[in-house]
Amino acid sequence: MSAAPAYNEDKGGSAGPGEPEYGHDPASGGIFSSDYKRHDDLKAMLDTNKDSLKLEAMKRIVAMIARGKNASDLFPAVVKNVACKNIEVKKLVYVYLVRYAEEQQDLALLSISTFQRGLKDPNQLIRASALRVLSSIRVPIIVPIMMLAIKEAASDMSPYVRKTAAHAIPKLYSLDSDQKDQLIEVIEKLLADKTTLVAGSVVMAFEEVCPERIDLIHKNYRKLCNLLIDVEEWGQVVIISMLTRYARTQFLSPTQNESLLEENSEKAFYGSEEDEAKGPGSEEAASTALPARKPYVMDPDHRLLLRNTKPLLQSRSAAVVMAVAQLYFHLAPKAEVGVIAKALVRLLRSHSEVQYVVLQNVATMSIKRRGMFEPYLKSFYIRSTDPTQIKILKLEVLTNLANETNIPTVLREFQTYIRSMDKDFVAATIQAIGRCATNIGRVRDTCLNGLVQLLSNRDELVVAESVVVIKKLLQMQPAQHGEIIKHLAKLTDNIQVPMARASILWLIGEYCEHVPRIAPDVLRKMAKSFTAEEDIVKLQVINLAAKLYLTNSKQTKLLTQYVLSLAKYDQNYDIRDRARFTRQLIVPSEQGGALSRHAKKLFLAPKPAPVLESSFKDRDHFQLGSLSHLLNAKATGYQELPDWPEEAPDPSVRNVEVPEWTKCSNREKRKEKEKPFYSDSEGESGPTESADSDPESESESESKSSSESGSGESSSESDNEDQEEDEEKGRSSESEQSEEEGKKKKMKKRKKVPEGQEGGLSSDEGSDSSSSSSESEMTSETEEEQVEPASWRKKTPPSSKSAPAAKEVSLLDLEDFTPASVQPVSPPTVVSTSLAADLEGLTLTDSPLVPSLLSPVSGAGRQELLHRVAGEGLAVDYTFSRQPFSGDPHMVSVHIHFSNSSDTPIKALHLGTPKLPPGISIQEFPEIESLAPGESATVVMGINFCDSTQAANFQLCTQTRQFYVSIQPPVGELMAPVFLSENEFKKEQGLQGGR
Amino acid sequence: MLRGDARGRVPDWGGGHSGRSGRRRRRPCCRGDAGLSICRGFQTEKDSLRSLTVSTMIHSLFLINSSGDIFLEKHWKSVVSRSVCDYFFEAQERATEAENVPPVIPTPHHYLLSVYRHKIFFVAVIQTEVPPLFVIEFLHRVVDTFQDYFGVCSEPVIKDNVVVVYEVLEEMLDNGFPLATESNILKELIKPPTILRTVVNTITGSTNVGDQLPTGQLSVVPWRRTGVKYTNNEAYFDVIEEIDAIIDKSGSTITAEIQGVIDACVKLTGMPDLTLSFMNPRLLDDVSFHPCVRFKRWESERILSFIPPDGNFRLLSYHVSAQNLVAIPVYVKHNISFRDSSSLGRFEITVGPKQTMGKTIEGVTVTSQMPRGVLNMSLTPSQGTHTFDPVTKMLSWDVGKINPQKLPSLKGTMSLQAGASKPDENPTINLQFKIQQLAISGLKVNRLDMYGEKYKPFKGIKYMTKAGKFQVRT
Repeated sequence: MSAAPAYNEDKGGSAGPGEPEYGHDPASGGIFSSDYKRHDDLKAMLDTNKDSLKLEAMKRIVAMIARGKNASDLFPAVVKNVACKNIEVKKLVYVYLVRYAEEQQDLALLSISTFQRGLKDPNQLIRASALRVLSSIRVPIIVPIMMLAIKEAASDMSPYVRKTAAHAIPKLYSLDSDQKDQLIEVIEKLLADKTTLVAGSVVMAFEEVCPERIDLIHKNYRKLCNLLIDVEEWGQVVIISMLTRYARTQFLSPTQNESLLEENSEKAFYGSEEDEAKGPGSEEAASTALPARKPYVMDPDHRLLLRNTKPLLQSRSAAVVMAVAQLYFHLAPKAEVGVIAKALVRLLRSHSEVQYVVLQNVATMSIKRRGMFEPYLKSFYIRSTDPTQIKILKLEVLTNLANETNIPTVLREFQTYIRSMDKDFVAATIQAIGRCATNIGRVRDTCLNGLVQLLSNRDELVVAESVVVIKKLLQMQPAQHGEIIKHLAKLTDNIQVPMARASILWLIGEYCEHVPRIAPDVLRKMAKSFTAEEDIVKLQVINLAAKLYLTNSKQTKLLTQYVLSLAKYDQNYDIRDRARFTRQLIVPSEQGGALSRHAKKLFLAPKPAPVLESSFKDRDHFQLGSLSHLLNAKATGYQELPDWPEEAPDPSVRNVEVPEWTKCSNREKRKEKEKPFYSDSEGESGPTESADSDPESESESESKSSSESGSGESSSESDNEDQEEDEEKGRSSESEQSEEEGKKKKMKKRKKVPEGQEGGLSSDEGSDSSSSSSESEMTSETEEEQVEPASWRKKTPPSSKSAPAAKEVSLLDLEDFTPASVQPVSPPTVVSTSLAADLEGLTLTDSPLVPSLLSPVSGAGRQELLHRVAGEGLAVDYTFSRQPFSGDPHMVSVHIHFSNSSDTPIKALHLGTPKLPPGISIQEFPEIESLAPGESATVVMGINFCDSTQAANFQLCTQTRQFYVSIQPPVGELMAPVFLSENEFKKEQGLQGGR
Repeated sequence: MLRGDARGRVPDWGGGHSGRSGRRRRRPCCRGDAGLSICRGFQTEKDSLRSLTVSTMIHSLFLINSSGDIFLEKHWKSVVSRSVCDYFFEAQERATEAENVPPVIPTPHHYLLSVYRHKIFFVAVIQTEVPPLFVIEFLHRVVDTFQDYFGVCSEPVIKDNVVVVYEVLEEMLDNGFPLATESNILKELIKPPTILRTVVNTITGSTNVGDQLPTGQLSVVPWRRTGVKYTNNEAYFDVIEEIDAIIDKSGSTITAEIQGVIDACVKLTGMPDLTLSFMNPRLLDDVSFHPCVRFKRWESERILSFIPPDGNFRLLSYHVSAQNLVAIPVYVKHNISFRDSSSLGRFEITVGPKQTMGKTIEGVTVTSQMPRGVLNMSLTPSQGTHTFDPVTKMLSWDVGKINPQKLPSLKGTMSLQAGASKPDENPTINLQFKIQQLAISGLKVNRLDMYGEKYKPFKGIKYMTKAGKFQVRT
């Protein structure tokens, strides 16, 4: 009985009596009673042993969080369930924890031990999610625990857990940036990970934590390039944008060549003389002369990046396509950038948000590379159903693309746009017409006439916009357009838009001598309405008055003074200032006058015509595709795209302990060629005729075999040596024939490949997961690399001393002959050169037939001239045959191997007009009529490089396409064999200093 | 004690524009100086600036309905106050129409990136530089996933399934970076709700959440799960082509393009490896593939070779090369005239077949946005039904099938605002139509082969041509 009054007191007035359930909990009174009640039953549900009740409670809590309601007071009740067996409850508890742990840090610590246990769970999903939550709860006190967990997870067996570790890195970094050094270590470790799952995430972590540590990428660069196509889409975007930045710091600008070409040609000419002066065979001279001249050669790694990203233009993800597009825009040589246009135009079919972003970027690109989008002009035509913001962007692009030839169609389109119902869009169209008129002189009058017609439009906005644009156009040639100015003057009675009124007044003032009668009248009217005008118009009235006063003071003196007096008492200080200033200038007072003498010059000076420019003009200093570019303002965290370096940093930093299949750098190529040169001369100075060909053929076959060993054929190589030697001899006697043979054999070989592939495909693919690799060459190569890293590690060491095992033999051979003269051969990525060529078309078949079928021509020193992807199925390689070219002794004979990997015959293969530096000439090969699918052909052409290492640029034409290609000779290929006895050689050698 | 320590490390700056988020953004500042001293030598000043703003890609997501209510919010890092959406509402007001809301809105501390689908705005909040398409593409993927899960993506459905939505979002992003976006993987992690499963779950107490790592996640074919079993093995492919065209007043084509897609519904047991070849692959000018398609194979042989995902997916979308002339299957004869003097205007349109390769044109709909001056229209169609909305001024005419013998037409008068001068623009006519069993480009699938499995699947290919953005200017 005694409890009753106390209870009633407790409840106060808010909750009425007769609610017995509150009775046992006096604390839960007050205005929040209903709230507390709900949470209480949630708490009760969470405290039960039944999972279903717990789950129900958690679901309701999560729903509260989703609606943005505060559920933080449930923290103690929820956190107890972190160890719940039911996985869904657990998951929801995680969701809750991540949301509220930051607010209740010490309570959150109670859950840590559960996660730590979870980190050791045999189930990788549980390990991963434990790490995810642990790293997401943002409680600074557990930083050391997180660090430990990340480190452990980074070497987990499961790639999924490693991926989670990569994700956790930026989380920890944002919690405590002091951990940076340790985190970089983890990143470095994860960067070396070879699974595609991890690659994207770790690069993301890299970008967040240490984007400046570009040195961490070197060793992984080629791997990332090659994995790229198999990484998931989000990772691709991050990797591509990181690689764009990387490439900008590590490679030379591919466009510098074009701008320097003219200057260079002269220098090159001198350079070649120098070479000659020092005499052939003087290797030092050649190699020292070369760096001074520096013709641009694209770093093979640069090429690798471009080649591997290109297929991604076909991605279904707009983000990936855009990322590749910006990469090409920023990194590719001018001639290759065009490929992105088609893909970008495709994105215009996508959601309007995607269109919006893509069009912004296209607008920027189309200013710099107009030609790229010209074929797609019609894709930017505007539909009445497009949202206004899309319309305006399309208009921008159309304007950028307009040129002398397409302007009639563009203007006709604009004409329809002017009749649109969307007035903002009409205004933008008028602006666009104005820009076309300024840019293309031929249509200026047409445009002007059209705009004048618009002046009689009923819509005032249209008229106003036209006036503004006409003003700008008239400024270019005012003399001829007195009529238009008069017409405009009449408009002042009707038109109300301030900007348009101001424009008209300015025009009349500026060209008052063309309309001497109307001008004072306009001023009179304006003086009348002066007080009611907008500020911008008032300023122009003052302007007009001043100008008229100077030219026609008799009629307008009083008017001017009236206007100036009105302006003197205007509310706007700007107008007051202007009036005061103008009065001092034009009305000479007794003491002043120094300036007023020049008033005419000040007011009536000829003014330059305005330039109507795109607002996208200078946007390209932002990296395309970035947020900053879109906003035209630097976003937080935006990283400038670095400029190309003047000097290429050392490319060898990217060499990894395993072989790369890319082309080797220029320098290394040169070395490769030099070696046979020596063996040549040695051989020829040899005593007997029969031994003559031996060293050469041996060294060739040797070098070839070394290259082939990569394809797993080294074992069979020795058996074929004889055969090859035979062929070698045959070739020297009747080279044409053997080539013919070689060609056929190659064909057979190529034919074999697809079969093998197919076989492998059907058997492998169904059975296990490694299947996706079967098609992508790069992947198969990656596998290759993984299979025999041990053997390769030996072969390509970083220093120049130890050459690869296979190579060693040939080098030793040489050393026997010319013990003193062999130059240190730098790390023979040479091996990989031809390895690349070999792997390109041929996959690894174990068939013993294959090696024996190899023609001697096809093996060593094959360089790619045109990749089959770029060539639309036509693949072109070339080799220097090292034989005198029959037509002209000065020419170097080059064997060109065509192969058609498309499914249609390629017709009429011939050379197009070569664009050659002075001195270089080309002897064309006879036209190939037709190249059936799968077939290949070899032709010989002669190039006189004029003893320089300038590239010979020319076009390969098929019936339908033209490809720009270039051959750059290594120095060794330019040298002709000379007979020297050993003594003579020693003597010559003695003359060369500085060995 | 602990709490005190934690507080000490996270000084509360408070008073920032958006409360907590302001704090997070600035907190590293106070560390920056200390951090700099331990940094290695090569860290320039710019870099140190960079380190101040370490952040995630997508910070938060807000779902906003057309009446401006935020009905769902999800944060992947610290909570961003929903007041940030005020900037969005402002922009929305300025844009008047939903589709004109700029997809990217900068605010003092954040950037708002939004997509508008199914009458819902999906607004992502980001803090630092990130490729905008990355976020936009992700948001669209979220919508697609919801659609995949619940059949439709609408406000009531999302509200009903808020827990599943939350779980899915949790899996899709980790720390703001996409984690699992493949629908196949997601569905193994979190099973889509079905009535049956809900019933079973309540009885047995089992859950919708998978406790094993989805098999796809680790394999090289992440889009397909293992252990798929069907009693009827079937693979259907729909070749759907859309004609985008602008026809001018006189009926001549200004621009016409064919865009096509191949949508597939594959229900095959095990790990089938399919190849699909075309009779005339050269028609395809520009293609984009589902990640499952082997690009190299296409490059070299023009064959689509792939291990398909399970269920519905878009295998390929393509563009037919511009050199080929596009056959326009319909024509529209129109006579729309306003007279200055009277308040009546004449309106007459007729639709007829042109180059249809002998197929019937079905599902024809004509829509047109009439000028503002038009008050009402009194029209009589020769077939089908028509409506005119006097508020939006939208005329739509559901024509149905076109009978070449008796061409459908819509005739009548428009009543214009009295006294107002005649509108100087003529409306454009938008056309929708369908032609079954025809790919207008002439694309033909040659054959479909399956490797890797023993059974014989049932295969089907369907062709269809549709109007894409098909406009007739009048």
